[in-house]
Amino acid sequence: MIEAVALTKLYGDSRVVDGASLTLDAPGVTAIIGPNGAGKSTLLSMIARLLPIDEGKAFVDGLDVTRAKGDELARRISVLRQENGLLARLTVRDLIGFGRFPHSKGRLTANDHVKITEALAFLDLEPLAERFLDELSGGQRQRAFVAMVLAQDTKAILLDEPLNNLDIRHAVSMMRLVRRAADELGKIVVVVLHDINFASAYADRIVAMREGRIVVDGPVEAVVSEETIEAVFGLPVLVREIEGQRTCLFRR
Amino acid sequence: MADVAGNHVSAAAEDPAQVAPKRAARQHSLRMLAFLAVLALFSCALFMTLGARGNWSFVLPFRAPKLAAMIVVGHAIALSTVIFQTLSGNRILTPSIMGFDALYALIQTLMVVVAGTAFVTAADPMALFFAQTAVMILFALGLYGSLIGRGARDLLRLLLVGVILGVLFRSLAGFLQRLIDPNAFVVLQDRLYASFNGIETDLLAVAVVAIGLVTFAFWRLLPQLDVLALGRDTAISLGVDPVRLTQLSLGLVAVLVSVSTALVGPVTFFGLLVASLAVALVGSRRHAETLIAASLIAVICLVGGQTILERVLGFDTALGIIIEFLGGIVFLAIVLKRGIQ
Repeated sequence: MIEAVALTKLYGDSRVVDGASLTLDAPGVTAIIGPNGAGKSTLLSMIARLLPIDEGKAFVDGLDVTRAKGDELARRISVLRQENGLLARLTVRDLIGFGRFPHSKGRLTANDHVKITEALAFLDLEPLAERFLDELSGGQRQRAFVAMVLAQDTKAILLDEPLNNLDIRHAVSMMRLVRRAADELGKIVVVVLHDINFASAYADRIVAMREGRIVVDGPVEAVVSEETIEAVFGLPVLVREIEGQRTCLFRR
Repeated sequence: MADVAGNHVSAAAEDPAQVAPKRAARQHSLRMLAFLAVLALFSCALFMTLGARGNWSFVLPFRAPKLAAMIVVGHAIALSTVIFQTLSGNRILTPSIMGFDALYALIQTLMVVVAGTAFVTAADPMALFFAQTAVMILFALGLYGSLIGRGARDLLRLLLVGVILGVLFRSLAGFLQRLIDPNAFVVLQDRLYASFNGIETDLLAVAVVAIGLVTFAFWRLLPQLDVLALGRDTAISLGVDPVRLTQLSLGLVAVLVSVSTALVGPVTFFGLLVASLAVALVGSRRHAETLIAASLIAVICLVGGQTILERVLGFDTALGIIIEFLGGIVFLAIVLKRGIQ
């Protein structure tokens, strides 16, 4: 479904992403982790055609992301970055309706309204459907944007640091949502995360990056170990299994 | 509209209490649009009839072109401003603040300097108009396309660049105007600072056709522009190419600015005034609603204002100054409000 072949991004002489290759086919949650400046978001942005690719290729469903038509890709892959300012004053339902744009080009059909209603229900947003986005809290607004992405109804969903600015309760509910999208809707979800423990708790597979390269790529058990985490982050940690969940602990 | 048909579906599927606010919001903006339309028609009727004495066959040809020019210019300024604000991703910048009409003045001046007054006065006005517009589109794309097409979200930098470009174009034009001989200057001044009182009828016909075509093109682009208003990244994710859409729209905006500047000369803050009022009155959920409201408000301001000034108060040609004054105050208010937030 998603295939990145030796993707490279150059800023001047520095290789922000350096020959990263990644293949994603099965439904599930894949977390990309790594220290600041490791190139996680840049890699995601190149796959999502938000940034031009300097070297290498990226394919979605066999379509070259730099060549394929925008709307054909938009029916296969969706991406959500950190929220940026909206120019229009929209209600939650308006925003979710935009998720249907690749399918209906702005003229919502009965089927689109069914999808919008489903997305509202999936994120428990029905009571807020007619509220304007600027009247919502940060967590609620984040949910509205995720609902838009779900209404887009793509097989693959890329989320760039969806836990930014969320408190622990909202962060957990966001990750549970991501999990449900993979389990109940069969989506291929890729999340860029900072917190190893969130990746360990909710992901099926972890891709760890350092200095633009993918250093480890595998199931949680293979990645979340004391040696690997130390190699990736350059920080000694303790990894313990707590109630069946690999957990990273830090010394004072 | 896009969701008129869909409303029934969602209404059937949901609790009616949740659908009610949406209905109310829609009805509010539709009522507001109807009210503005009535007010605009009323202004036009008043302008045509108030104080009209003598033979209608004299009054009509005398007043009708002026009315048509005001409607065309008002619509062009409203449309270009609202679209430009979407392209630049904020509600402060307008084509005039970014120096678009100063660019037009510079192109006009250059033409007189390079080709000479004899050529400019003798040439077919339509051919000339198209040539100017083509040059304007090229320059606008070259200068502003790279500036706002690449997702530059730094508002202060954009504003600064726009103001400086505007000053640069104005200074260059002013410099060249001092170099040319006085006769050429008079010809130029005639072309640059035309007012509603001296509309050329043949140019008006071209303007109506050009603006009609641009309006139709934008009408087709509206759904994509709605998506672009969500931000560059979201637009790409939804399959809209922001660079292509921005370049296409900038070209169309350049046509609108050329037409309105050619007809009545530069107006700096008028677009900002009508666009801000439109957003305040009907909101900004869909471009279609905001655009219609902005156009109607522009017509009300121009035609209504001109009627009151000319026929009721007996002044002449002061409308531009008053509108600029009000528009300037609105601009300051918006900037200050943003600063406080």
